[in-house]
Amino acid sequence: MSSVPPHSSAVEGPETVMRDELRTTGMVWLRELIRFERTRTRILSGLIQPVLFLIVMGYGMAGLVGSVEGFGFKKFVFPGIMAMSVVTTAIFSGMSIVWDREFGFLREMLVAPTSRASLALGKTAGGATVAAVQGTIMLVLAPLIGVHLTAVLVAEIIGLELLMAIALTAFGVFVATHIERMEGFQVVMQMLLFPMIFLSGALFPLNKLPGWLNVITHVNPLTYAVAPLRQVVFAAQHMPAKARERFPSSVEVFGHTLSIGTELAIVVAFVVIFIALAIRGFSRTE
Amino acid sequence: MPRTVTNDAAPEIASSSPRPSVVEVHDLTRRFGEFTAVDAISFEVFEGEVFAFLGPNGAGKSTTINMLCTLAHPSAGQIRVAGLDVTARPKAVRRNIGLVFQDQTLDDRLTAQENLRFHAVLYRVPRDQVDARIARVLELVDLSERRHDLVSEFSGGMARRLEIARALMHVPRVLFLDEPTIGLDPQTRALMWEDVLRLREEAHITVFLTTHYMDEAEYADRIAIIDHGKIVAIDTPQALKAEIGADTVDLGTTDDVAAIAALERDGYRVEAVAGGARVYVEHGENAVPALIESVGVPVLNVHVHQPTLDDVFLHYTGREIRESHAEAIPARMRARFARRGR
Repeated sequence: MSSVPPHSSAVEGPETVMRDELRTTGMVWLRELIRFERTRTRILSGLIQPVLFLIVMGYGMAGLVGSVEGFGFKKFVFPGIMAMSVVTTAIFSGMSIVWDREFGFLREMLVAPTSRASLALGKTAGGATVAAVQGTIMLVLAPLIGVHLTAVLVAEIIGLELLMAIALTAFGVFVATHIERMEGFQVVMQMLLFPMIFLSGALFPLNKLPGWLNVITHVNPLTYAVAPLRQVVFAAQHMPAKARERFPSSVEVFGHTLSIGTELAIVVAFVVIFIALAIRGFSRTE
Repeated sequence: MPRTVTNDAAPEIASSSPRPSVVEVHDLTRRFGEFTAVDAISFEVFEGEVFAFLGPNGAGKSTTINMLCTLAHPSAGQIRVAGLDVTARPKAVRRNIGLVFQDQTLDDRLTAQENLRFHAVLYRVPRDQVDARIARVLELVDLSERRHDLVSEFSGGMARRLEIARALMHVPRVLFLDEPTIGLDPQTRALMWEDVLRLREEAHITVFLTTHYMDEAEYADRIAIIDHGKIVAIDTPQALKAEIGADTVDLGTTDDVAAIAALERDGYRVEAVAGGARVYVEHGENAVPALIESVGVPVLNVHVHQPTLDDVFLHYTGREIRESHAEAIPARMRARFARRGR
């Protein structure tokens, strides 16, 4: 009995394998961008929610909070709402795997002769790019709020948004690989996303919270991502000392103020952990 | 290192045996706890043939195809696909096979071409061959015109054909189709079969498929009938039908009793059935004139019946295939429909 020989056989150098895996990651990334670009309504609705928050918080609360020498609550909350937009889009993008599963496409990816890590990385990179784009679109509102933008500031914002987005998309991928059904998705959103955003300092300063809440905000990864974003925005604004005191932007741990470098290091640590979890989750998915 | 994709111009398959086998299965077994879904089956699929796994739902078809495709692990036995051991080298096997599942696995927000390109990258089709492959596989399933259309605009049949095209992107040695026509209307099913048969002619592709439609199994070069996890018969459709015996000719006459007596006298194997006499003969259609002459009384009607695969199935399993899944199909179609509707 004779057999047909296989083609594209096993003898492949490590560079070839590496290049093929990178191509896979790139393709999964590209698919996310194509899908994002094709769903204009999603882009629009992704903009409406933050604008609503900006009006509610920025204008509604402004009267209550008041302003200090021309620096109002609007400017304080603007970077926070930008972060909120990035985080929501990122988690949604990561968790779109639940949809991929529902509509079958996940299977096409999972049975392919490729490493699961490449797929997870592509999904994370794609979702993160989409989230950063969505967050950056918000900058068109900056002049209305009175936030002054410079080229350097915009670059810094995009960088921070990407970092934040990678962490949260990877987290979304990880969660999605542990969800079998669509209903689980809603639960996760309610139980994880909203508390994470509300207790991150995005919408109000964290310095006057009761002790137990203080603990929660300090284990919330988002806290360490929101702070640097606000710090770089504030650094580019004319901001009187009294306003800085009224609207703190840094994180304090045991009365010790963290530097932006420390905050970023913590975020990077979370990025590494979440990507590892995402890859693990993807590898175990059937 | 350069890799080449050939195969479309494969040489004519010589009709003389031994033919090379693309799938070799030995004592394949799969148990789920106490239940044995696949029970020590062995068979081969030869290069260039269309091989059908025919059986009712729950017979072990899907379990078997999943094991052949590396998606499930055998409890015992060996499988070689394209010369590769399935358990030892699953990724290499997957690179050499094309898969089409029962449920759709396309991204309907992407165009036909984008779906194909995605697949090409994941299955390592060399970059400089991707465009040519896309053009070629779309041509094979007659979807060239729809290349830039979103899959969401495709009908169920078109989507299924696009999935077949996609499975061919990386020039697999074997194309596996799990219930490829389920949920399609009869016309679309016929079209899909035209595609499959054209693939065999033009691309010399080996096709392994599962089905519970008797009429579809007729298209196959060889059929394995599977029931309760065992292969009960395996051969060409013609040979299977020939095996279970002769054609039957039913004759309605003005005097059936006399007719039966006359036929028996002439040495025919006859039995009385409702409305006439049933005669068992070799070639029913050719035998009719002689039979009419033999009965001696006026003949009112003649019905010649050649054995069908339904008869074959009935013969080997003791029941008709339709009985075993009368409810299963609508249920699955309903699920599919619900899934697709958004």
